[in-house]
Amino acid sequence: MSDAVLPRSSATVSTSGIARLSPYGPWIAAGLLLIVLPVVCRSGTALTIMSLMGIAIIFALSYNMLLGQTGMLSFGHAVYYGLGAYFTVHAINAAIAAKLPVPLIVMPVVGGLAGLGFAVLFGWVSTKRSGTAFAMISLGLAELVGSSSLILRSFFGGEEGVSTNRTKLLPLLEWKFGPQIQVYYLIAAWCLIAVALMYALTRTPFGRMCNAVRDNPERAQFVGYNPQVVRYLAFCLSGLFAGVAGALAAINFELANSALFSAAQSGNVLLATFIGGAGHFVGPILGAVLVTYLQNMLSDVTEVWQLYFGLMFIATVMYAPGGLAGLFMMHGPVWRAGALAPLMASYLIMLGPLALVGGAAVLVIEMTTHLGVKAAEGTTMTFAGITFDATSLLAWTLALAALLAGAVLGRLAWRRVAAAWDRVEAVARDKGVAP
Amino acid sequence: MAELVFISTLNGVLYGLLLFLLASGLTLIFSMMGVLNFAHASFYMLGAFFGFQISRWAGFWPALILAPVLVGLAGALVERFGLRNVHKHGHVAELLFTFGLAFVIEELVQIVWGKSPVDFRTPALLDFPAFTVFATNYPAYKLFMLVISVAIFVGLFVMLTRTRIGLIVQAALTHPHMVAHLGHNVPLIFMSVFGVGAALAGIAGVIAGPALVTQSSMAALLGPILFVVVVVGGLGSLHGALYASLLIGLLQTFAIAINLSLSDAFAGSSFSPEPGTLLNDLWRVSVAQVAPILPYVLLILVLIFKPTGLFGNRET
Repeated sequence: MSDAVLPRSSATVSTSGIARLSPYGPWIAAGLLLIVLPVVCRSGTALTIMSLMGIAIIFALSYNMLLGQTGMLSFGHAVYYGLGAYFTVHAINAAIAAKLPVPLIVMPVVGGLAGLGFAVLFGWVSTKRSGTAFAMISLGLAELVGSSSLILRSFFGGEEGVSTNRTKLLPLLEWKFGPQIQVYYLIAAWCLIAVALMYALTRTPFGRMCNAVRDNPERAQFVGYNPQVVRYLAFCLSGLFAGVAGALAAINFELANSALFSAAQSGNVLLATFIGGAGHFVGPILGAVLVTYLQNMLSDVTEVWQLYFGLMFIATVMYAPGGLAGLFMMHGPVWRAGALAPLMASYLIMLGPLALVGGAAVLVIEMTTHLGVKAAEGTTMTFAGITFDATSLLAWTLALAALLAGAVLGRLAWRRVAAAWDRVEAVARDKGVAP
Repeated sequence: MAELVFISTLNGVLYGLLLFLLASGLTLIFSMMGVLNFAHASFYMLGAFFGFQISRWAGFWPALILAPVLVGLAGALVERFGLRNVHKHGHVAELLFTFGLAFVIEELVQIVWGKSPVDFRTPALLDFPAFTVFATNYPAYKLFMLVISVAIFVGLFVMLTRTRIGLIVQAALTHPHMVAHLGHNVPLIFMSVFGVGAALAGIAGVIAGPALVTQSSMAALLGPILFVVVVVGGLGSLHGALYASLLIGLLQTFAIAINLSLSDAFAGSSFSPEPGTLLNDLWRVSVAQVAPILPYVLLILVLIFKPTGLFGNRET
């Protein structure tokens, strides 16, 4: 399913060094990109966001080991993320207190082991069931851990959490990990390692069995594998990587609090993974990058950014269940057939109604916000550079008319897209690049 | 002691029946369509907020009728234009759709009514103590909630077992394909059941709104408990949902009323753990503080010892 990520290695018959390295090309490119990025984007905000993206990528990929690879929908994945963070903070504090010569860079191992340990424990209960029951149990376990954290105050630190100081550990080559840039490189290194490991895992027989259990557990059983055991193993490994992500979050914020394993955190990783595309290995990476970016950028523009987020998620579920990655990959055969141009023309026509509906919907939401929760600030509002009254009948009529017109035009344009798609698919099939 | 038992039993049954109002709709929807509606508690929240808004404009009694109708309509629209389109992508997509819906409804409520609790008061007609036991005044409104819940429970029971519609719904629970072959419009039944389920949640919201707190987090607070109820009762079992609702209602109400900890229970012993340790936390925590996690402990115990739930026979 993720063949498109790496070129096939069968072409490397030649013995030259470059050819032997070629299967690793994307990984080397990714590594170089991670090194160069902070040089290009120097600002403090960019560094912070890129660090958060690195953490989100690991977390989303670990979540996709469940959702995408093994077909288990979990509503409580943040449990392992949060516990990884707490154990890391306590390990750092203990190492500082005992003056142990441990550098900060190995600390994510602690988080990973904590995530693995609790996944071994909780997974034993929850992976006995699959499907809807599994989803409900994961939700129950998340609530259980969340509520327990407020009772066991000596470990979880109650409301304010447990803080630490990452610079007090043994410096590594003069690096004390005080400045954000050093933390960024720490996260980038761990991100690359974790992503490579998780990718490698999808290529093993075990990774294939996970896919088999997702697609048809009964047949997996006939081949001689116990689906329950496969699910359990996938769950444990996913907990391990979630713990690593949590540890990196703890190092980044120098804090672990109960917000780390809140329902919102579990929801966010689900949203990111699904919007990016659960069916492809690169999907969660795209989703994590996009969602982290939007979380940090959109929240400056509008107060109700979470609503847009939810609507984006619902639109993905309804119209593009393959997510962003699914949409891209769908065009692979068409591109290889060289028939992308006519399709793009029909997309351009679709763009108009889409923008109309989107703009009108945003206008309605923003006006509602002004009349609702922000009523105390008065009814005057600014939208797209125009200042007007949120109670004005004209604005509401225009917005609703645009919404309606956009929907009608969108339906018409969609027919053209569908027709164009049928044509290019036929072309691709004739050229033998599509099934 | 007798006072505590009496009041807690009454409150527990009340809370349990309230849970059942929600769980019954959830179970009906799940049995028919195979969808565990994540947004069910959001319909309950919508009921409370619609009730609050309508009672401001027209008083509580119109709100009691209108708000559930509106919520039911919203539910039917969600099924018709949302869920039905997602159905072809499978159950996981349906669950994800309702998850997204719950997210969006919470945000919408926050946009319109804000994050802080709204002032949803009990109607003046019922704002008096119904009776006094052991020097405790029991509010008439709670008695009213009890009456409404029981009435709806009886109504639902009669409708499902004694009417033709109920017969078709019951048949569709176990043999949806057979019902469709007999010429019934199954998509319409699905839409109606979804709408009625949402309306039941709406009623629960309107009557619970004034007694509990009406705020934008009420769905997120009740939702997980609701899933515990349907899993503990057995997915798809209406009987199970009733018993599990009452069980969890009583369990939580009694636990909240007991302000005892292990250190109180063994007050005579010389054992005393060091402050600041995990053992000390456990030693000093009172039953009332543990109350929020008890349903989840029950969930895990049930799943270990009876994975189909107390009354379920369906593996999902």
